[in-house]
Amino acid sequence: MTKELLMGNEAIACGLIEAGCQVATAYPGTPSTEILQAVIDRQDTAVEPLYIEWSVNEKVAFEVALAASYTGKRCAVVMKQVGLNVAADPFMRTAYIGVKGGMLTIVADDPGPHSSQNEQDTRLFCLQARVPVLDPVSPAEAKAMVSTAFELSEKYELNVVLRPTTRICHSRQNITPTSPLKLSRVADFQRDPTRWAATPAFLPQLHRKLNASLEQIAVEPALQPRLIAGDGSCARTALVASGIAYSNLVDLIDDLGLNSKVDLYQVLMPYPLSPIFIRSLHENYDRVLILEETYPVIELQLAHPGAVGKQGGAVPREGELTPDIMHQVVAGFLGLTAPEETPGERRGQRPSLCPGCPHRAAFYSIKQCFPKGIFPSDIGCYTLGMNLGAVNTVHCMGACISQGAGFYHAYQQDGDVPTIVVTIGDSTFFHAGIPALINAVIQQARIIIVILDNATTAMTGGQPVPHMGVAAGGEPTKAVAIEPLVRASGVEFLEVCDPYDKHAFETLLVQADAYTRSPEGGVAVLISRHGCVMDRKVLKSQESFLVTINDKCIGCRKCVDAFECPALLMDNDGNMALVNQDRCIGCGTCLPVCPVDAIIKEKKS
Amino acid sequence: MKQQIIVSGIGGQGVLFLTRVIAQAAVNRGMPVLTAETHGMAQRGGTVLSTVKVGDFASPLIRSGQADVGLLLWEANLQVHASLLKNSGVLLINSDTAEEGERIDASAIARDLGNAVLSNLVLLGLAVRRQALFCSAEECEAAIRQLAPAKFVEQNLAAFHKGLGSGNPDSLADS
Ligand code: SF4
Ligand code: SF4
Repeated sequence: MTKELLMGNEAIACGLIEAGCQVATAYPGTPSTEILQAVIDRQDTAVEPLYIEWSVNEKVAFEVALAASYTGKRCAVVMKQVGLNVAADPFMRTAYIGVKGGMLTIVADDPGPHSSQNEQDTRLFCLQARVPVLDPVSPAEAKAMVSTAFELSEKYELNVVLRPTTRICHSRQNITPTSPLKLSRVADFQRDPTRWAATPAFLPQLHRKLNASLEQIAVEPALQPRLIAGDGSCARTALVASGIAYSNLVDLIDDLGLNSKVDLYQVLMPYPLSPIFIRSLHENYDRVLILEETYPVIELQLAHPGAVGKQGGAVPREGELTPDIMHQVVAGFLGLTAPEETPGERRGQRPSLCPGCPHRAAFYSIKQCFPKGIFPSDIGCYTLGMNLGAVNTVHCMGACISQGAGFYHAYQQDGDVPTIVVTIGDSTFFHAGIPALINAVIQQARIIIVILDNATTAMTGGQPVPHMGVAAGGEPTKAVAIEPLVRASGVEFLEVCDPYDKHAFETLLVQADAYTRSPEGGVAVLISRHGCVMDRKVLKSQESFLVTINDKCIGCRKCVDAFECPALLMDNDGNMALVNQDRCIGCGTCLPVCPVDAIIKEKKS
Repeated sequence: MKQQIIVSGIGGQGVLFLTRVIAQAAVNRGMPVLTAETHGMAQRGGTVLSTVKVGDFASPLIRSGQADVGLLLWEANLQVHASLLKNSGVLLINSDTAEEGERIDASAIARDLGNAVLSNLVLLGLAVRRQALFCSAEECEAAIRQLAPAKFVEQNLAAFHKGLGSGNPDSLADS
C-alpha cells in the first residue's frame, strides 16, 4: 500500500482497525478527539463488525469497552488525560480484575497545556493504578504500538494504556497502512464471579497476580528501552528520554553534531520500568539526563544517584519540553555552549468566540442584567465567555453547577446573596451536569443555570450530543431531550429562549432572578438555544444581513471591547469602529450593543 | 534534502490546509515529512502555528533560529514567530503594508476571488515563485487537487496561481 499523510490520531485509528478492534468508545476532548472520528471515517476498511460510540462521558465509555472485552473481543476506549479522572473508578479496579479480549485505553496527554485544565501525566496515573503504559515517539510508532499493546493485553489479560501527547496526536507523518487482521472472534462471556464480580475476599489474590504479571511485563524483551550507543567519547554518561521528548532529542543531537557520541536510550514503556534497565544504568553510568513529559515517572523509578532531571530542577518541571528548552538542558548537562536566551512563550493573539456565536449574545445579556453577579462556568468553547467578563470560574466537567450551589450556600449564611448565574454547555450538561443539578435542587440552592444549547460539542469539532438523536457516524438514534431531564430533576422554573433575541432573553433572566428570590423559589433553568454557527446548516438557515457602522459612531469601543465580536475592530486612528466583512456572518446581534445606534443592518441584495 | 517550514496565522485562516498541502507535496515525492499543528481552543481566532519538516527528521517541532521558510498569514504574528527563522530564512508575509520580508496583500487578492480564506494559497503561490520551498508549482497543484473538496478545486488553484504570478511588479513582468 502507498504511504498516506496521517495525523497521529488518524494513525492510531488505523492501528485500531488493523489490529481487529471491534468495539471503540470515546468521549471527545482535545487532543484525543480525532482518534474516534478517524475510526468512524475509516470503518469501511474494517474486515469484521465494528461497533463505535461517542459515549456520554469517559466512565461510561470505559465500562462499555470493558464489558466488550470480557466477551473476548478486542476493544478500545479513547479520552484525554482529564477524562481518565472521570473514568478513574472503573480504571483502577480493572487493573486487578483484568480483561479477556485485548483492551486498550488510549489517553492523550496535553503537556503545555494547550487545551486543558491541567497537564497531568497519565504515566504517573498508571504507576498509581498499576497499569502498563506505552509512550510513542511519533505517529508511526503510535500506530505500531496499538497492536503491541493488544498483544500484551491478551497475553497477561490486563488493560494496557497507550499515552500519546498533543505533539503526537496532532502531528502528521507519512505512514503506510496495512491490511486489517481478521480474528474471527464471537462474543463468548465466560462467567467467573470470583473474578468479574470479585468481592474483597478474592482481591488479595488478584492483586498478587497483578504484581506478578507486572514483574514479567517489565522484562518483556520487545518492550525494553532501546539504545543508540555512543562511541565512548562521553564515558559513563547517558541520555534517557521517552515520547516526543525523545524525538526532539534525536534532532537536537543531530543538529549539534553529537550523533553517536553519547549513549541515547528510548524508553518505550515508562511503567513498569524494566529492572534490567534500571540495574544497567546504575552499574554503567555515573550521570544520566532524563527527559520526559510531564512528570518524573521514569526518573522516580530509576532512582539513580547521578540522575539529572525534574526532581533536582535541572529540567523544567512545568510545560512542554520544547526543542529550545531541551537545547538549554542538554547543553548544560554536556557542558556545551549554552544557546542564546530562548524567546518567551509564544502565545500571540488570544482566542475568542466566533463571529455570530450565540454564546456571546447570551454572555453579554447575562453580564448586562447582573453586573455584580457571580458566574461559574465550565469546559468548552464557552469558557471564552471570560473575555466578556461573564465567566468567573472554570474547573472541570460539570463543576459549575455544584460550584454555583456552593457559592449560594456560603453567601446565604450572611444573608446577602448576589445573583449566581451558571453557564454550562449541552454536552457538558449530559456529561456530568445532571447529578449536580439534582443535588442543587434537593439542597435548595437558589441559582440560575443557563444551559448553552448549541446542539453540538463545538469545541472539539461537532460531535453529536444525546438530544440530537444522532449516533456516531450520523445514523439516527433515540434523542434524549434536555427539558424533561431538567423537569424530572425537580426544577420548577424552566424556560427556553434564543439568545439572538436579546430583549426576550434578558426578560427571562430577570424573571429567573426574581424566581430564585421568591419564597417558593429554587433553581431556575434557562435553556439558551441556537445552533453552533460553525455548523454550515445553521449558518444557511439563519438570516444574514449586511452589517455596517455609520458615522454616528462615537468611537466608544463598547462593541469591540465589551461585546468583542472578532469581526468588529477600531479603524487605524481608533476613532470609529469597523466591521471586517471577511469575518462578519451578518447575525445582527451586535446592533443593540451600540449606545448611539451606529451599527446598522440591511437586507443583503 | 532537508527543509524546515513554519506556517503562522490565526484560527480560521486556513493554516491547517496550507500545512497539509505542503506536507502532501512531500509525501507525493516520497520524502519523509512531519508536521505539528495547533488544534483546540486556539482555533477560535487565536494565534496558530504549524511546522513542517521535510527530510530526515525525528520530531515535527522546530527550534528557534532553525526554520528555512516562514509563511505568515497574520502579520501580527511576526513578534511571536519570527524568531523561529534562520538568519538566512525566507519570510513571506500576507500584509497590505510594506516593511520587512517579502509581502503580498494575499487577503485582498483572495477577497477578489470571492473568499478571504484563500489567502493561504495565494501566499503558497508566492513562496513557490520565490523558489523558497522544496516543491515545484506542479507538485503544489497536484497536492491541492488531492486535498481540496471537488467543488473548490478550481477556486483554490486560481488563488495559488495569483500568488505564483504576482508579488512585486518586476515579477509580474516575467510571469
Ligand atoms: S453582525 Fe455583528 S455580531 Fe454578528 S458577526 Fe457581524 S459584527 Fe459580529
Ligand atoms: S459602533 Fe457604537 S459601540 Fe461600537 S465604537 Fe461605535 S459608538 Fe461605540
